[in-house]
Amino acid sequence: MNHDNYDDNYIRGILNNVKSIAMVGASPVNVRPSYFAFKYLAQRGYDMIPVNPGHVGKNLLDKPFVASLADIGRPVDMVDIFRNSTHIMPVVEEALRLDPLPKVIWMQLGARDDAAAARAEAAGIKVVMNRCPKIEYGRLSSEISWMGVNSRTLSSKRAPMPTQGMRLSLNRTSVGGGETAASDRAAKNKTDVT
Amino acid sequence: MTDRLPGFSTLAVHAGAQPDPTTGARATPIYQTTSFVFNDADHAASLFGLQAFGNIYTRIGNPTQAVLEERIAALEGGTAALAVASGHAAQVVVLQQLLMPGDEFIAARKLYGGSINQFSHAFKSFGWNVVWADPDDAGSFERAVTPHTKAIFIESIANPAGSITDIEAIAAVARKAGVPLIVDNTLATPYLIRPIDHGADIVVHSLTKFLGGHGNSLGGVIVDAGTFDWSKDNKYPMLSEPRPEYHGIRIQETFGNFAFAIACRVLGLRDLGPAISPFNAFMILTGIETLPLRMAKHCENARAVAEFLSGHPAVAAVNYSGLAGNPYNNLARKYAPKGAGAVFTFSLKGGYEAGVNLVSNLKLFSHLANVGDTRSLVIHPASTTHSQLDDAAKVKSGAAPDVVRLSIGIEDKEDLIADLEQALGA
Ligand SMILES: Cc1ncc(COP(=O)(O)O)c(C=O)c1O
Repeated sequence: MNHDNYDDNYIRGILNNVKSIAMVGASPVNVRPSYFAFKYLAQRGYDMIPVNPGHVGKNLLDKPFVASLADIGRPVDMVDIFRNSTHIMPVVEEALRLDPLPKVIWMQLGARDDAAAARAEAAGIKVVMNRCPKIEYGRLSSEISWMGVNSRTLSSKRAPMPTQGMRLSLNRTSVGGGETAASDRAAKNKTDVT
Repeated sequence: MTDRLPGFSTLAVHAGAQPDPTTGARATPIYQTTSFVFNDADHAASLFGLQAFGNIYTRIGNPTQAVLEERIAALEGGTAALAVASGHAAQVVVLQQLLMPGDEFIAARKLYGGSINQFSHAFKSFGWNVVWADPDDAGSFERAVTPHTKAIFIESIANPAGSITDIEAIAAVARKAGVPLIVDNTLATPYLIRPIDHGADIVVHSLTKFLGGHGNSLGGVIVDAGTFDWSKDNKYPMLSEPRPEYHGIRIQETFGNFAFAIACRVLGLRDLGPAISPFNAFMILTGIETLPLRMAKHCENARAVAEFLSGHPAVAAVNYSGLAGNPYNNLARKYAPKGAGAVFTFSLKGGYEAGVNLVSNLKLFSHLANVGDTRSLVIHPASTTHSQLDDAAKVKSGAAPDVVRLSIGIEDKEDLIADLEQALGA
């Protein structure tokens, strides 16, 4: 897997197939990105589980916080890690002890740990790094186009008006542009400095 | 298997647009409204807090405008775009995100005269200090870099002389200095040059010109390439620091590789106010659908007119980079292989007087201060667009007193040549 640039079909396959998402590092503070990514994914019909040992006993949008992945007590399709790159490995190790294993480990925008990714992939888990599932869902559904963002997709079909809890079609035509010389250069520059 | 990727002309027609969800309208509707109702208080709060996708008020964004933005982002190969009221508004909004009072930016000396004025005078009163460099010498940009430099600004094809800038050479300087390269791509359009492919971090346009293309609507746009790391050394606090007006959100952390476009919208456009009207966004969007056809014709006509003028006994020199022997011809072949644009200058052996006569004798060319119209246009920059510059600056920016600027339209080229021939002979 090329973790600098993901093919749209890879991301689309993940977002179309997972149903439950455990979000590690979810925050109850309503101006944190994890809070509004959690809220958006819940609104789009995903079964969301907030994981954060600092907030056990509280709820996030009516879902009770659990302290760790092991405490969820039921299978989850995807683990979405809202932690810095330096805190990724322990979460991946914890995920690798789950039975059954999650199908996907997703690391949030800004977070990347190639060694942790390699271990997850060796166990047959799909990995996405340095992306936001809310942004990717909004992009592939074109819901994000309301903000002038390049969804890099086209469709000549009339889309329904999104309502609460509604899953949107992510199966628009991809137009590329995620793998331009510019994006490769940006990815390279980032790896050069670290 | 990866899907087959649509080409430029397909994107020019389709990118950003889809049938209207409520009515099924296929052309993009003109959402001529100031405001949009909220579903409930929570929805309103999420929109204001930048947590949900959707519309609030047309000074921040509008659905017709959003289609225009996504279309241009797709054509330029950027991650996102923001449309504003004019090309000049785009420049103010971009620099407001990057500069604090006392900061500097380096700009090419050959620019649209209005930009030279904006940078030298209006921006000076904001405490943003322009330092000029020579676009024909990347080393002059490197020598101008100081610890206060926050950005570099160039035009891909410079107005008025149509000279071509070596974008990659100047992008290398910007990268070394750790500052973004801003390219005004107005005269090239993404059909001829895509600056992001050559290292630009931000592209701006006056949509008023070739993109709109019909001389009927003002507009501007900012395209985010998604290539710059705004948080690296805290040089760009608008993007890297918590924003008090949005409960402490950090724009780059939240929006990743389209953070710059979001900053321009929610910190620039929202607070400075130069919104594009939905009607203008619609007119420009319609124009863009035929951009590839028009640009090919503009370039074909411009080359024919430039060749005609080069052979005319009353003409002293023609500055069209598409002509062999022009000093910019190699750069034109590299950066704009489909055509060297349709704006260029020439000078007359009879000097200033002959220029004034020519303009008054033309019957098909319109004498006005614009470029990039379907109609062919003519102007004498020294007495109009560049009149506020002193004589030395006029010469340096390519607008010497004997120079006439043409913007070649999409009429029949034989008619354009006949009009110039009669006017030069009169
Ligand atoms: C290259 C260039 N940039 C910017 C502008 C300013 O654009 P506007 O008139 O839309 O503000 C112009 C206008 O002539 C231009 O030619």
